[in-house]
Amino acid sequence: MPITTLATVQDTRMLTESVCKMVLFSPELARLAKPGQFVHIKCGGESLLRRPISICDVQEDTLTLVLERKGAGTQYLAERRAGDTLDLLGPLGNGFELPDGKLLLVGGGIGVPPLLYAAKRAKGADAVLGFKTKSAIILEEEFQSACGETAVVTDDGSYRLHGNVTVPLREMLHRGGYAGVLACGPRAMLRAVAEVCAAFKVPCQVSMEERMGCGVGACLVCVCETEKEGERAMSRVCKDGPVFRAEEVCW
Amino acid sequence: MANLNVTFAGVPFKTPVVVASGTFGFGREYGEMFDLNQLGGICVKGLTLHPRLGNPPPRIAETPMGILNSVGLQNPGVDRFIKEEMPFLKTLNTNIIANISGNTVEEYAEMAEKLSDAGVDIIEVNISCPNVKAGGAAFGTSCDAAASVTRAVRRISRVPVMVKLTPNVTDIAEIARAVEDAGADALSLINTLLGMRIDITTRRPVLHNNTGGLSGPAVFPVAVRMVWQVRDAVKIPICGMGGIMTGEDAVEMMLAGADIVSVGTALFQDPLAAIRVTEGIARYLEKMNIENVTEISGKVLLN
Repeated sequence: MPITTLATVQDTRMLTESVCKMVLFSPELARLAKPGQFVHIKCGGESLLRRPISICDVQEDTLTLVLERKGAGTQYLAERRAGDTLDLLGPLGNGFELPDGKLLLVGGGIGVPPLLYAAKRAKGADAVLGFKTKSAIILEEEFQSACGETAVVTDDGSYRLHGNVTVPLREMLHRGGYAGVLACGPRAMLRAVAEVCAAFKVPCQVSMEERMGCGVGACLVCVCETEKEGERAMSRVCKDGPVFRAEEVCW
Repeated sequence: MANLNVTFAGVPFKTPVVVASGTFGFGREYGEMFDLNQLGGICVKGLTLHPRLGNPPPRIAETPMGILNSVGLQNPGVDRFIKEEMPFLKTLNTNIIANISGNTVEEYAEMAEKLSDAGVDIIEVNISCPNVKAGGAAFGTSCDAAASVTRAVRRISRVPVMVKLTPNVTDIAEIARAVEDAGADALSLINTLLGMRIDITTRRPVLHNNTGGLSGPAVFPVAVRMVWQVRDAVKIPICGMGGIMTGEDAVEMMLAGADIVSVGTALFQDPLAAIRVTEGIARYLEKMNIENVTEISGKVLLN
């Protein structure tokens, strides 16, 4: 059940030129939050809508969020400083299912952060993280300490492996031993990951993104076309998702 | 404590604040967050005779103090609504207002019959949806078409009929009069204003549907003006809406001529907005020493 609460900013730090890490004090949300869920944050100024930000990590009394400064709303959030308060609605969405057994986490760009909390809650995980370029890399050390193996790829080859996430993904799935794949990132990446997982017959969950309104499932704005048992539907990313079984998404 | 009771089109409302169609689903989601019995009423998500998947995303674009939406009437159809949602809604102690859209006059009438039987308190006839090709606003922009839909629904409905007007017309008072003459028991206004945003990098509209309906505080002054114009043109009661965020906004809308008000887009920022609006109205009445909320309706003092 979602709650609205005021959370105090404890710490903020820019991880890259445009990506901001923020630690918020909110014992209630920290207790409720599951991996893959998000919070909907009120922004100031002329931004009427809240901004959905995935939960990157949870400590005892705090939530860690990692967000990309894109427009006025996220700019407002990135400008908050320790001691400021933010109006949060959450935790929202279904979150990842964490099956027993080792998981393979596949993240692309700003889709990487929500996988960190999943890595910490999973019974063993490896990760494949993809970024545009070296300067866009975030959370590499955190994944290295939470996961057995962490492969990093860059689109331009400026760091570690050159290419996209499906290259190490194939190799690791070929080696085997994974109970499932959890993926979050751009739609094209998710689609490619879903195809690879289907070929290896490994269950895959994808976390989808869409422009959002209410955040709680009432306004039907953030939909994703799905097909389940032969029935096509416009599923709500905020309520039925953001995590969907890859085979149910109409790519 | 001021008296917030209003009798609207013969239906008792314990408060003059309802939630607007399309912003509240069928109530279940917000029902997890507050007691729905505190509401004057719930206008449910727009229904059609057959299920609709709606438009592809993106369905929303933000604009200063407003949003554009183009959901396109995604809904499970009137039959599934009655079977799956009405049993829950009937357990609530608040008015249930069913919002209906048809492709033809006959579809409106068929839905009105089914929903009257199902026990809704009011039927809101949507002749103003800007996001569907057939029906919707096509009926709301001509006096003759608006009147014929109203007549057909009024003939068959056993509950009060409220007609929801579009602001996308030259003279809203003229449409309001035509609908009143055709037998409407009440009016609701305004639906969204047709708008458009373009991504200048890709040169593509932000909304997949290209255009969408503008709501939120950005439309509030337009809504107040139209409620005032319609109040002057008809005798039937008005549910006023369009960008209400606070109790003060609601009072302003009532002074312009609304008997009750509807809160919609504000919910996206504050899930408890309808409750806060209700509290704000009560505070205003107490501060001004006004006993009954009904005393302020239409009481603007013109210059």
